[in-house]
Amino acid sequence: MSPNLVLVIVVGVLFAAGVTLLLERNLTRVILGITLLGNGVNLLILLGGAYGGPPIVGRTPEDEMSDPLTQAMILTAIVITLGMTAFLLAMAYRSWLLTGHDDVQDDVEDRRIMQRAERDQGLEDEDDPTTEGTPR
Amino acid sequence: MLVLLTVHLIAAMLAPPLVRWLGLRAFSVLALVPAAGLGWALTHTAAMREGRAVAEVYPWAGRLGLELAFRMTTLSWLMVLLVGGVGALALVYCGRYFTAAEPGSGRFAGVFVGFAGAMLGLIVSDNLIVLYVFWELTTVFSYLLIGHDPSSRAARRAALQALIVTTLGGLAMLVGVIMLGEHAGTYRWSQVVGALPDGGYLAVAVILLLLGALSKSAIFPFSFWLPAAMAAPTPVSAYLHAAAMVKAGVFLVALLGPALADAASWRPTVLIAGTVTLLFGGWTALRQHDLKLLLAYGTVSQLGLLVVVLGAGFRDAALAGAMMLLAHAMFKAALFFVVGIIDHTTGTRDLRELSGLRRSAPALWVVTVLAAASMAGVPPLAGFVGKEAIFEAFLHGGRWEQLVLAGVVSGSALTVAYTLRFLWGAFSDKPAVAPRTVHRVSWAFLAPAALLAAGGLVAGLGAAPLDGLLAGYAGLYSDEGGYHLAVWHGLTPALALSALVLAAGAAVFGLTLRTRWWRRLRLPMDGATGYERSADGLGRLAVEVTGATQRGSLPVYLGTILLVLVVLGGGALVAGRPWPGRFHLWDNPLQLVPAAVLVVAAVFATRARRRLAAVVLVGVTGYATAVLFVLHGAPDLALTQFLVETCTMVMFVLVLRRLPGHFSVRPLVASRRIRVAIGIAVGAVVSGLAYVATAGRQATAISTAFGEPAVSYGGGRNIVNVTLVDIRAWDTMGEISVLLVAAIGVASMVFGGSPRLLRPRRPPPPTPPRGQVWLMAGHTLDAGLRSPILEVVTRLVFHTIVLFSVYLLFAGHNAPGGGFAGGLVVGLALVLRYLAGGRHELDAAAPVDAGAVLGTGLFIALGTGLTAMFLGGEVLQSALLDWHLPVLGHVHFVTSTFFDVGVYLVVIGVILNILRSLGAEIDRHEQAERVAAEARPEEELV
Repeated sequence: MSPNLVLVIVVGVLFAAGVTLLLERNLTRVILGITLLGNGVNLLILLGGAYGGPPIVGRTPEDEMSDPLTQAMILTAIVITLGMTAFLLAMAYRSWLLTGHDDVQDDVEDRRIMQRAERDQGLEDEDDPTTEGTPR
Repeated sequence: MLVLLTVHLIAAMLAPPLVRWLGLRAFSVLALVPAAGLGWALTHTAAMREGRAVAEVYPWAGRLGLELAFRMTTLSWLMVLLVGGVGALALVYCGRYFTAAEPGSGRFAGVFVGFAGAMLGLIVSDNLIVLYVFWELTTVFSYLLIGHDPSSRAARRAALQALIVTTLGGLAMLVGVIMLGEHAGTYRWSQVVGALPDGGYLAVAVILLLLGALSKSAIFPFSFWLPAAMAAPTPVSAYLHAAAMVKAGVFLVALLGPALADAASWRPTVLIAGTVTLLFGGWTALRQHDLKLLLAYGTVSQLGLLVVVLGAGFRDAALAGAMMLLAHAMFKAALFFVVGIIDHTTGTRDLRELSGLRRSAPALWVVTVLAAASMAGVPPLAGFVGKEAIFEAFLHGGRWEQLVLAGVVSGSALTVAYTLRFLWGAFSDKPAVAPRTVHRVSWAFLAPAALLAAGGLVAGLGAAPLDGLLAGYAGLYSDEGGYHLAVWHGLTPALALSALVLAAGAAVFGLTLRTRWWRRLRLPMDGATGYERSADGLGRLAVEVTGATQRGSLPVYLGTILLVLVVLGGGALVAGRPWPGRFHLWDNPLQLVPAAVLVVAAVFATRARRRLAAVVLVGVTGYATAVLFVLHGAPDLALTQFLVETCTMVMFVLVLRRLPGHFSVRPLVASRRIRVAIGIAVGAVVSGLAYVATAGRQATAISTAFGEPAVSYGGGRNIVNVTLVDIRAWDTMGEISVLLVAAIGVASMVFGGSPRLLRPRRPPPPTPPRGQVWLMAGHTLDAGLRSPILEVVTRLVFHTIVLFSVYLLFAGHNAPGGGFAGGLVVGLALVLRYLAGGRHELDAAAPVDAGAVLGTGLFIALGTGLTAMFLGGEVLQSALLDWHLPVLGHVHFVTSTFFDVGVYLVVIGVILNILRSLGAEIDRHEQAERVAAEARPEEELV
């Protein structure tokens, strides 16, 4: 199969822009990045199928049809993306409701473990403070 | 045997309610269950005397070599007696040991009985895998029993330590079991025996099996967990840590010995580890002040002795070992019971604080002396018979045996010494200590200990009949040993050794009372330090590894993943040169226009500072994608993409109205450059991959053959739609399920409660007037927010749009359209109604619960699939129906249309759900906030 260069470039640009946004801390930007990546992936799948007329029997001769299988897959993907975007938006909204912003924060627990590693501590003293002071 | 195990299981489950109902008396009732095991074993005594095995086999997973194979031989018969008898007595004892107010006694009773069942299963299993399962079950139950008091940190630590040590050993044992089982082709021990491997393979398997056995029986270097486990209640110590669980390892050694003792690695491991444990345990016991710890180290020492004797690998030693096994279970459990009584009545177990108990508790003293004498090996008790048999067995061996004999004699002398220390510490009059007065110890409390101590006497005097029974086990060794158990053999060298041991023990004890230097002698390193060090080291390693890899920052994680993609994908691209050169610029020059728009919009979307602008730019890329779909010959995709993009935009706007207009400013230019760099790298690599993958494709697409069957089987001319509802219907089924889950997630995220969420009293809902209202907004929206023209137009076209969606749904089989597109159209109609007239208008337009629509949709889709199955086809198979109706004429119908109806409803439900959550509910939050804000200044004024 010979690739269509225009689509190849468009896919690359969508991935580049999507990844740039995905790496942001702002949840709205992350969601937009995912939407861009979604479009990019859909076009990537489309690129893998044959170009042609609408795959409807009787309207297009069979050997001139575009590939229907890739289209069925993309159609599923489009609708799933809608559901996922809605879910992520609800998440961003809740984050805003709880913290007043929609930025993704660093994980506190991970930070704590990093501090332990810097201080060369083990896991031993991880017990709850109420039992500290009791002799081991 | 299966019946017995089931009885144990049922009793374990019934125990908590029983304890709640009967109180402490329930323990005596539960004692009947292990006692039943004892009784059952006794009924088979005759079979044991004749040397017959009792076996049962039930099929389980035969292909995996798993079956519930049980087999009771002399050795397991002896163990069943001990486990059942001591178990029953321990349960009776529990009824006195605990007070009615003891927390968690119901759970304790259940776990205790469960343990007894697991132990029974372990002993009678013939299948090694089943044995392993029971083995680990005893570990788990022991963990729960040691940690009976969850508020005690020491108990928790001890429980965990015992669990970790014995489980590690158990895993090693499992590997050994698998090595033997795979070689023999069966896991039934009675058959594995006949098909053993040889050489290094066997030596490794033996070491692994012994690791399991030795760690379970607290043999050096694993001894440390047993003394720590004394944090458990005393009945547990008496049962698990004297009679039952720690004997599991000894039992395994005894079980495997006859078959494996000649393996190269067996004798050195067993004899060295056992002897070291014997001496180390006895020596450490002498140093203890806590009576229970003294017994615990004594147990460690005795377990070492048992392992040495039962693992020595010849007939007379095996016979002596079996006798010692019986004797030890009886005297050690009795002594633990005694310690529990002392602890209970005086409130201490410290021998420096106990004095004068001999006079105030004479009955207790007699029982203790009887049991302790058996431990020390005083004639005519069971312990004496066992010890003498051991001496006799090792007297006639080679140099190895002589060495072991020296160890055994020294260890026995130490045993005598710590026995005396126990008696002296618990009962004697100490001038410096005020005598303790003990209230009368009730008979029922003392009875278990008394019975076991008396058992030691009976077993000693009845050594001759026991010899006939236990010889059945010893006879598994093929060598000609002619020893018989008896109290009196005449004046033999062994008798002299027994006398020597008693005298030496008394001397050592006398020495320890007068001098102190010996206290400083200890082992340079014991297992406990090793355990602590490795546990600490593991913790440190975990912290360092986690600290180094889990930086807690989402962009860093994603960046790492993407860089791996760039390096691996890009590397593969570079390595795969030269690339195929076949390409064309475009299929259709018109593609350039949407492509250019898309590129520009995408680039600007990354730079936008305003949220809304970014959303619109991303929306533009979506529409441009739709145009590219059209130009590629995919009208279905284009239709869906247009509709979805519009829905997405609306959703964004609904949420963004609550968020700040601009993105927060991020001053770090460097990090932005890195992001852009990663983005460009990923884009380039993906482009490259897309090019190479497409250009390198050789095979014909599978879908070129879809056309004909789509019409003949699927009954539709639109191949994409037929693919969705028939050829790949499972995919679609999965997809609508995901949609449903996403919708639930959205709703729970927005409606879900949280203390910080605004939940003031609901403002009274505007009451729409009764009767038919054409435009709800007139009564529910502020005049300033209304747009009557939009409202009216929306109201007028709404039904038309819905009708159009139904057309799309049914036409979709033969033309662009289908369930997805139809559902999205209805969704957009609802969006319009909501935008024009607010949430009450939405309720008027769709007076149903979104969840009900979603559920109905999934039900219909699933129902269609299942109906096909019930009618004899495959799941989701479709059928063509042709009717000739009087008026309408020929009707052509495909059952998969029902499936598409399900899809249609699910999509409508999703969008309705989104509108209710992200639209109406957020409206309400906003309104509530406004009401609260208005109320505040008024309060301040007051």
